[in-house]
Amino acid sequence: MFSGFMVNTWTVATIVAVVAGVVGFFIVLRGSSFVADAVPQGAFAGAAGASLIGVSTLVGLGVFALIGALGIGWLGRRSRQDVATALALVVMLGLGALFLSLSVEYAPEIYSLLFGEVLGVSTSEVAPVAAIGAVCVAAIIVMYRPLMLSSVMPELGEARGVRSHRMEMCFLVVVALATSMSLPVVGALLIFSLMVGPPAAARSFTSKPLLAMALSVVIALATVWAAIAASYTSNWPVGFFVGALGAVSYGTGRGWAAWHRTRAARGNARPLAV
Amino acid sequence: MTHLLRMIVEPGFFGNAPVRVALLAGGVVALVSGVVGMFTVLRGQAFAGHALADIGATGGSGAFLAGINPLWGFVGIGVVAAGIMEMIGIRRPRGRDVATGIVLGAGLGLAALFLYWDATFSNTTGATISVLFGSMFVISGSTAGVIVVFSLLALTVVGLLYRPLLLSSVSTDMATVRGVPVRITGLLYLLAMAVAVSLAALTIGAILSTALLVGPAATALRLTSKTGLAVLWSGLIGIAATWLGILLAYDSFYWPPAQHGWPVSFFVVTLVFVFYLLAQLPAVGRLSGARARRARNGG
Repeated sequence: MFSGFMVNTWTVATIVAVVAGVVGFFIVLRGSSFVADAVPQGAFAGAAGASLIGVSTLVGLGVFALIGALGIGWLGRRSRQDVATALALVVMLGLGALFLSLSVEYAPEIYSLLFGEVLGVSTSEVAPVAAIGAVCVAAIIVMYRPLMLSSVMPELGEARGVRSHRMEMCFLVVVALATSMSLPVVGALLIFSLMVGPPAAARSFTSKPLLAMALSVVIALATVWAAIAASYTSNWPVGFFVGALGAVSYGTGRGWAAWHRTRAARGNARPLAV
Repeated sequence: MTHLLRMIVEPGFFGNAPVRVALLAGGVVALVSGVVGMFTVLRGQAFAGHALADIGATGGSGAFLAGINPLWGFVGIGVVAAGIMEMIGIRRPRGRDVATGIVLGAGLGLAALFLYWDATFSNTTGATISVLFGSMFVISGSTAGVIVVFSLLALTVVGLLYRPLLLSSVSTDMATVRGVPVRITGLLYLLAMAVAVSLAALTIGAILSTALLVGPAATALRLTSKTGLAVLWSGLIGIAATWLGILLAYDSFYWPPAQHGWPVSFFVVTLVFVFYLLAQLPAVGRLSGARARRARNGG
């Protein structure tokens, strides 16, 4: 499990989990799970397009993820966010269907891009993933205060001079970068489960933002490591374990919060804010 | 004139049996999606609608594994997922967003496992693609009948719920004051949407299901503020996009690269998006006009 060819997998998976934990915290806080689902799915179409014109898959993913994120932001200025996201997603997927029909792509390859491939990480992929991951985390650290303000109290943020639309655009770009780099490892359909499950669970355990973010990284790491180990031994797809563990950790968090609330109510103590 | 018509409608379009089935089933699904989608947009449940379409893949691959008709897999998993979403869903929109995401993640994880088993045990990797993307030209005549019946059932439920649903979508507080059982109404609507969406996902694929659920309704809401009229527009726009898309896909068989049709979903999605952008134009014009007036008056 820890032999030579698996080292890349473990490295990349760890980076992905840290980034997913940090970025995912804000996704849950801002209620943008749909964006986190739509951007990687749309980016998948970019991979199909890249293989059609013969450039690197990672380039196709990145370009489409960025176009998708900016498109969602642009459409979202004039309509509701969820409608804008849905429209941007279907347009990209429609293009993806066209690319797939024009190319002679091999079905198992598409399957692994959708659902992830533990053994599909080559040494040349590690450096770009590490670089993009560092950029994402650095961007979140730089934006932390204004982003937090515009996520929790947009009106107060505007009053303090934080442009919420500009903040939204920056955040969407970070989501696009984070998803396109994690796509080859956990797959298009399940990145977002990693970005939603662990942070949502972490927020049930604590209401302190920094602690919740740290906890979310820890849960994401545990999820990814357990998923890879289980997938390696059972040969089942890694996406299944990520999805299942995400749901389990969220369920545990909700259960813990409910138990804590009833205990706090009985003891007449200050109830936990969830 | 005849020559021009020939160029637009390739010969044999209406005589082709798969095309006739696609026109019928696609039209019914587009109409139902358009009407049901009206409330999806009003209630801000586009994510749930998209998630239910994607989760259909879980039911489809599970049914494939169990050897039953995929129809029951799609509808069954849709109803179950909608129930779970409603059960763990929280009143606040952001909580609902996370609940939808968790259900979708778990569902897709299961789909990955089922598809892996499908590929291992039955040695047909093609199942992945057909389950995920769907194809309008492969619906059998008998399945089409069941799809039409179920879709009309979902339409009837939404029709019966129309007034309380509209009230609770626009203002939950007012609906509660008027004595509308908001929670039950929401649950019934979500179940009706689950049936409509999973049938659409089965018939025309998850991509088109989301496109037809959200696109025509959002376009119609731009065109008119009267809800009844908007429902009508939404259904009509959906049908127009679907039929035009099928026609173009049929014609595209003669486009480059030769002898290789372009996918229907690409055409329908593009048409839906173009309609939406066109409906934005008057609003943009008004906005810039108002801005120009303000600039004149102020300056």
